[in-house]
Amino acid sequence: MSVKYETVIGLEVHLQLATNTKAFCGCSTKFGSRPNSQVCPVCLGFPGSLPVLNEEAFRFAIKTALALNCRIQELIKFDRKNYYYPDLPKNFQISQYDMPLSYNGFVDIAAADGRRKRIKIKRVHMEEDAGKLIHPKGENYSLVDYNRGGMPLLEIVTEPDMNSPQEAYDYLTKLKSILEYLKVSDCDMEKGSLRCDANISIRPEGEKKLGTKVELKNMNSFKGVKAGLEYEVKRQVSVLEDKGKLIQETRLWDAEKGVTASMRTKEEAEDYRYFPEPDLVPFVVDKNEIEKIRETLPELPEAKAGRFQKEFGLSDYDAGVLTSQIDLADYFEECTKLYPDAKAAANWLMGDIMAAVNARNININELGLAPAALVGLLKMVDSGSISGTMAKEVLAEAIETRSNPEDIVKKNGLAQISDKGSIEEIVKNVLQKETKSVNDYKGGKKTALGFLVGQVMKASKGKANPVMVNEILKKSLGE
Amino acid sequence: MISYIKMKTIDDKTVKHVAHLARLELSDKELKLYSAQLASILSYISKLNEIDTANVPPTSHALTTLKNVFRKDILRKSLETDEAIKNAPASEGDFFKVPQIIESTDRVQDEGK
Ligand SMILES: [Zn+2]
Repeated sequence: MSVKYETVIGLEVHLQLATNTKAFCGCSTKFGSRPNSQVCPVCLGFPGSLPVLNEEAFRFAIKTALALNCRIQELIKFDRKNYYYPDLPKNFQISQYDMPLSYNGFVDIAAADGRRKRIKIKRVHMEEDAGKLIHPKGENYSLVDYNRGGMPLLEIVTEPDMNSPQEAYDYLTKLKSILEYLKVSDCDMEKGSLRCDANISIRPEGEKKLGTKVELKNMNSFKGVKAGLEYEVKRQVSVLEDKGKLIQETRLWDAEKGVTASMRTKEEAEDYRYFPEPDLVPFVVDKNEIEKIRETLPELPEAKAGRFQKEFGLSDYDAGVLTSQIDLADYFEECTKLYPDAKAAANWLMGDIMAAVNARNININELGLAPAALVGLLKMVDSGSISGTMAKEVLAEAIETRSNPEDIVKKNGLAQISDKGSIEEIVKNVLQKETKSVNDYKGGKKTALGFLVGQVMKASKGKANPVMVNEILKKSLGE
Repeated sequence: MISYIKMKTIDDKTVKHVAHLARLELSDKELKLYSAQLASILSYISKLNEIDTANVPPTSHALTTLKNVFRKDILRKSLETDEAIKNAPASEGDFFKVPQIIESTDRVQDEGK
């Protein structure tokens, strides 16, 4: 008898806010600079230095909290989270403990059955990032770069509301989409500006009590999060099926080996001895101020998808895909301003163009194909000057060589012959030459038509509009 | 000052734990002394519990009238790398150099777990 298990997942996302300067000092947040060149007495924790909160970081935080449907704390204070580790020059991290900036929000995702599923957000709070440690191989020391130390972070924590690795993936995709709309972070996982840890446990179906939870770290892509969670589900089920006991621990995802491994460290409960940060005064955002910030919220993915369906007659699915990334949504909308057939534009975008974007792992704006250029291509298809098949080839070349589709068509003389007179002329010549086939056709051998079409296409070097060739041929043959 | 000794000491284990979290090594003698002193301080502070604060809002900061102190998101000059690491006990290239921490394994041994 095998027991069925239910998976329970909660996620914790750390987001670097895209401010010019750090959370509590005027040092730059630029990525990839010379080590320890973006540090000052404040972010190095020198005695006598005082932190002062970055107004823009605070505004970004409130904006994000509102977009995630959170309630804003009436009195916001900061706390010190104390622990000794060399990536923290002060031996504490300025964070928020019992009065986080915001709480009780939610994000809706599309569940497996197509309905919406609400993932509750427990809290969104501000904190500062730690420095970066480098461990030279075979040495007994570490090197520290504090450029990242003190960068403004948001920690976004969900309730354990997800029941499959796929749901966790869907939540992250949706969250990232919202964050990109807000333009509060570049959300680049490779640079570490968006990081995700997971809590995962399983329990027999129907059981109310949560199972033993494992904290999963070291996933550096959304696919990694999903793969790591999938591995954990299997591992935990097999432990329980072998009558084993799960232990509460932190495990690291090893993307190369495709396994999770125990960190075997946190033997004792974490003891951070939080207390209020006395160097920062409290923050109170009054209702008017909150409303003012709320007014600066952009149209978010769901609202935009709804509008795309209504305004352009797109399907639920298409609207969802096109609004999943703000750049894609903006690109599409730009196309619709220049071109009436939104559905056709959507199809091209979601087909060949997204394929090219994904294959290159870039953003649509980096493709080098302006909306006007795409529209130019669509118009050439509509007017019959190129065929749909040819358009695909032209598009591929336009992307490859970063040139304008219309220029490619002109330069290579690809324009289809859709001029009735010209085609009639070619047909006349072909019929004069191919008397045998003409007689065959008239004698009832209908397949001869295909041969004649082929001859006309050949004579036109493939440029004649095939639909017109067919029509004109049939007419000339007396049908 | 003699009174420390007479006070009921807080748990030695707690003091040892807190000392470990702060990366302080205490001899047995120090442990006894600090346990007694901390007990005294805690007992003194606990006098505050005698006040009825049921209707007093929590105070997180000494300056109760001061709030919302921000700075604009404007770049200020950082220290030069050489300047930043000049006073470090050890450095290598552009980096601060620290003993490698194998997280918590030392802690486990310390406490004989
Ligand atoms: Zn700084």
